[in-house]
Amino acid sequence: MGIKGIKKDEFKDNESLDLLKESGTGVFLTTIDDVINWGRKNSLWPLTFATSCCGIEMMATGAPRHDFARFGMEVYRASPRQADVIVVAGTIVNKMAPVLKRLYDQMSEPKYVVAMGACAISGGPFFLNSYSVVKGVEHVIPVDVYVPGCPPRPEALLYGMLQLQRKIETESIKSRRKRTSGHSSK
Amino acid sequence: MNIKELGEYISSLTGGCEIKEGKQFSEVTILPSKLHSLAALLKEKEETSFDFLVCITGVDYGKELGVNYHFRSTKLGHNVILKVRTEDRANPNLDSLTDLWKGADFLEREVYDLLGIRFNGHPDLRRLFLDNSWGFPLRKDYVDDTNIVTK
Repeated sequence: MGIKGIKKDEFKDNESLDLLKESGTGVFLTTIDDVINWGRKNSLWPLTFATSCCGIEMMATGAPRHDFARFGMEVYRASPRQADVIVVAGTIVNKMAPVLKRLYDQMSEPKYVVAMGACAISGGPFFLNSYSVVKGVEHVIPVDVYVPGCPPRPEALLYGMLQLQRKIETESIKSRRKRTSGHSSK
Repeated sequence: MNIKELGEYISSLTGGCEIKEGKQFSEVTILPSKLHSLAALLKEKEETSFDFLVCITGVDYGKELGVNYHFRSTKLGHNVILKVRTEDRANPNLDSLTDLWKGADFLEREVYDLLGIRFNGHPDLRRLFLDNSWGFPLRKDYVDDTNIVTK
């Protein structure tokens, strides 16, 4: 794993992962979980969705040099009904927010959200004195992974997507996540 | 024509305008009442023949509202800036240039949308980007406590 700044041991740290595991110690269920999660995490199909310059970096991540097809994210789907993950790549303005919400609602479960870049995380450069920009995409949809940067390098997005894969590994079919219930919209 | 000649020629066309020669363009400041007649002359006269309206910029100077027009002649290759100001903030009104340059349509709608400057004679003066629940967000005195975070 050639990602700068993160030690290989740290990345391979599975002890904290075990703590996060929702299925506990049951032998039968954990095996099924492992199989399902293995399938899910290795075929994460992102939605073709980009609103500004982060989208260019996302395209670069998909292109041959960085190539996140290596990790099973090879196909950008043009329809939200076929997508597993939405990478919010760019500024979300108030006018775009209902569109984003609709796209998210149209995706089938299980679905994941990656907030890419400063704008999607907090409004970024538009945080102060802006009348039109949503101050963080978590006001609209629940976010799984935040990738900081303005815009983040493809390596950073790759790292974020790998973190999402790790997160998927901890899921269990026994306790299905209620994604929108824990999400407070401000 | 170069910047200096252009300035002299425009001042001969109409009275009461103020001309400043910048490095790149000559800037003509004019009263709102004379805007449309001067713009029509600039378009029609052979010597100027400004056939292209490059952009319209709305400005909030604090006390006054203003609009800047950038013109270019694709035939002769020279440029000019027309500037107008109005002190009436409650009901700012200017003449529309859509009858001379069709491209002014959306540009004027944008200025109306964000600064609330109305253009008389515009064929379809609706908001361009925002819906009617908004005020005019690019004005300096615009307040919106729910969406705007200030330091």
